[in-house]
Amino acid sequence: MTIIYILIAISLTVAIIFLSSFLWAVKSGQYEDDYTPSVRILFEEENEEKPRKS
Amino acid sequence: MQVTASPQIKEHCYHCGDECDTTPIYADEKAFCCTGCKSVYELLYANNLCTYYNLEDGEKPGVTVNEEEVDINKFSYLDEDVVLGQLLSFKDDSLHKVLFQIPGMHCSSCIWLLENLFKLDAGIIQSRVNFLRKEISISYNPAKTKLSAVVTLLHKIGYAPTLNLDNLSRKKKKKDYAIYIRLGLTGFCFGNIMLLSFPDYFSLADEVNREFGSFFGYLNILISLPVFLYGAPVFFKSAWQGLKQKHINLDVPISLGLLSLFLVSLYDIFTGHGPGFLDSFTGLVFFMLIGKYVQQRTYDALEFDRDYKSYFPISVTTLEKGVEKIISVKELVPGKRIRIRNQELVPADAILLSGQAFIDYSFVSGESVPVPKVAGEIIYAGGRQTGESIQLEVIKDVSQSYLTQLWNNDIFRKERGYASFGTYAHNVGKYFITVTLLIALGALIYWVPRDHDMAIKAFTSVLVIACPCALSLSTPFTLSNVLRIFGKHKFYLKNGEVAETLAKADTIVFDKTGTLTVSNQTDLNYHGEPLTTDQQAFVRSVLQHSTHPLSQRVYESLAGKIWPVVNYKELPGKGVEGEVNGVLVRVGSVAYAGTQHQTANRSNRETSVYVQIGENQPGYFVFGNHYRDGLADLIRELRKTKKLAVLSGDNDAEKSNLQLLFGEDAELHFNQSPADKLTYIENLKKQNRRVIMVGDGLNDAGALKMSDAGISVTDSVNGFSPGCDAILDSGSFTRLADFLRFSRRSLQVILFSFGVSFIYNIIGLSLAVMGKFSPVISAILMPISSISVVLAAIIGVRVVAWRMGLNRTAQPKSSKETKTVIA
Repeated sequence: MTIIYILIAISLTVAIIFLSSFLWAVKSGQYEDDYTPSVRILFEEENEEKPRKS
Repeated sequence: MQVTASPQIKEHCYHCGDECDTTPIYADEKAFCCTGCKSVYELLYANNLCTYYNLEDGEKPGVTVNEEEVDINKFSYLDEDVVLGQLLSFKDDSLHKVLFQIPGMHCSSCIWLLENLFKLDAGIIQSRVNFLRKEISISYNPAKTKLSAVVTLLHKIGYAPTLNLDNLSRKKKKKDYAIYIRLGLTGFCFGNIMLLSFPDYFSLADEVNREFGSFFGYLNILISLPVFLYGAPVFFKSAWQGLKQKHINLDVPISLGLLSLFLVSLYDIFTGHGPGFLDSFTGLVFFMLIGKYVQQRTYDALEFDRDYKSYFPISVTTLEKGVEKIISVKELVPGKRIRIRNQELVPADAILLSGQAFIDYSFVSGESVPVPKVAGEIIYAGGRQTGESIQLEVIKDVSQSYLTQLWNNDIFRKERGYASFGTYAHNVGKYFITVTLLIALGALIYWVPRDHDMAIKAFTSVLVIACPCALSLSTPFTLSNVLRIFGKHKFYLKNGEVAETLAKADTIVFDKTGTLTVSNQTDLNYHGEPLTTDQQAFVRSVLQHSTHPLSQRVYESLAGKIWPVVNYKELPGKGVEGEVNGVLVRVGSVAYAGTQHQTANRSNRETSVYVQIGENQPGYFVFGNHYRDGLADLIRELRKTKKLAVLSGDNDAEKSNLQLLFGEDAELHFNQSPADKLTYIENLKKQNRRVIMVGDGLNDAGALKMSDAGISVTDSVNGFSPGCDAILDSGSFTRLADFLRFSRRSLQVILFSFGVSFIYNIIGLSLAVMGKFSPVISAILMPISSISVVLAAIIGVRVVAWRMGLNRTAQPKSSKETKTVIA
């Protein structure tokens, strides 16, 4: 049953990785605006390479 | 004379979606209500930005643009180095970054257009929108474009940014992320501890203990440390602060419960008594932090902590030896000469030197009729000039002016403490802790002679189970729901405590002008001999040439065709005259065109415009207040339960009308200065009254701040008065009584959810005093009680809102129509 120690260690490591990525996300400002990106992602991507002829 | 029939079907503007009141303008087979809307469309069309109109089905996203206001010269001051240095958040030779608030953005089309600004101006590198805060951050290349050009562009497409003194003095606020981090960290610890406690839940403890000793226990302690050191101190601190002020708030019993949970768990684990309550401990902190988070969520875009600076311009044009120079308003000192143009705000008290001043104080007092001023008179800060440009000499500093000196009052230095008469939860806290301690002691006394171990266990269990976490959850969840429902009706509260305060208030004080009356609407009454159709047409023809706001108002109220006018003259301070069809027509002041009526018009307190046709002076127009529709019903409703009062900065011309409306026992005070209003509220509070102040202008700011709950009534959500706790859209004003009733009902919902949580506490406590309380029971009872209390709160509020018909979004305001009565 000593395998449990290793399993717990692994599970905690994984959990801590997620926790730290959450903390990083908060610190880097991803919670600054939780609405606009959800709208922005639905905008039609327009081709920027080809300049439009009007 | 033939009256043009109105079009059968009103066309809707392609740009803004409003009904076209006048004949629509056509371009590209699309109808526009005004040239402003049309030019925005043309600009977008030319730049292939018409996706703007197709993003939202059936909704036209545009904002009506008043073309006259857009003039690049108006913003040239923005390119001055002084201003630039204060506005830009980043400055470099090839890159400038600036952050603006744009109150006008309201839908996803707005976001789309604002983020495509670079297509309209090649100098703009990128623009990013934060919709919730209504902010746009623009990066541009100063070599290719100028800040003034960017601002002009925003104006042109209908998204005018707010530019005021506050932009300069405000420190860029960062959102507080501590609550997110606390929540994440505590949630992480809670989940992991629960996972590691599973063997205990399934009664495998003995086997586990044999295999691993106290390994799981120690691991749990390790994981719970961050919660104890970082998550829970929020409650400890608040409890400590309460105790320091000799005040027991709800956080005191919570802290006591949390501390005993943690310490008992440490004791159990270190002595090998059992697995401890660390899962319950972290879970409690986690749930209560959710409560805190819900409590902290507010309307991002609304800054309640503003002062007069949010209204004042960034810069002002000064005159030195005849040379115009733009300086920052902050540098303005008494003695300086300034020039104020049409639609500009006077930033400090000043004496009028030259020019014809018509000062619109609507933004100060709510009074919409511009006041004429002659040279030598003092113009107070906050007045807006309409008409030609005027020269003034500043006599006081910006911060020492009549209006702004309100901010030197102590009341503005204090954070508003809502606990002055205590919120429910905090009042309950006091009794809670007494009862808990009594029960705990009772259990202790009962068990000591019988079983020492049991005595300690029972004592601590009582403290643990009685932790009023459910109580601390029900209030924020109920109130945040109340806030959300109010928000649907354009009634925005600063925080949940305001809702409680509203519910408990017993006195409502109203400002008159702009609050009870509609600020952009006046009743125009004609007194005297009725004008014939021809006479109306004559007067109208003459007035057509005048830009004076009063002339325009009368012009709009009259009908008839336009005659050619000869010898048109505008005499400053007097009026206008012109010959129509060979007849001299004069419109203006009493001395100019109303000498025959001088005695008839008994009160000179109202603004009047006199008419003279030939030698004949038929009568005059009186500008009166227009009370809000539905006001009488609202007052009748409020009178039943509350004491009412009116404070007005105006003269008492309306006294009898108001007395009739408000009843005999209402106090009416006139000619009140901003400071008088503040003192009046202060006195009411000294009589232990709980006062709601309803006001609008800057002159109410002191009273709003002084009252227990200040409600600012406004036409645009961003033009509200500082010092307030709640913002009420003028369209919802007449529902105020409903709102107050709803907040009272919500408090009953809180009481109900308190009841629910007491049931759990009774179950838990009876187990605790019997010494049968175990970690497993705690782990089950605790989350169930929290969740059911939250559900009770949310469902309760919804049921109440549904019964009162408040759950639906407010009906859109009917189009504003100015009412004219020609008596």
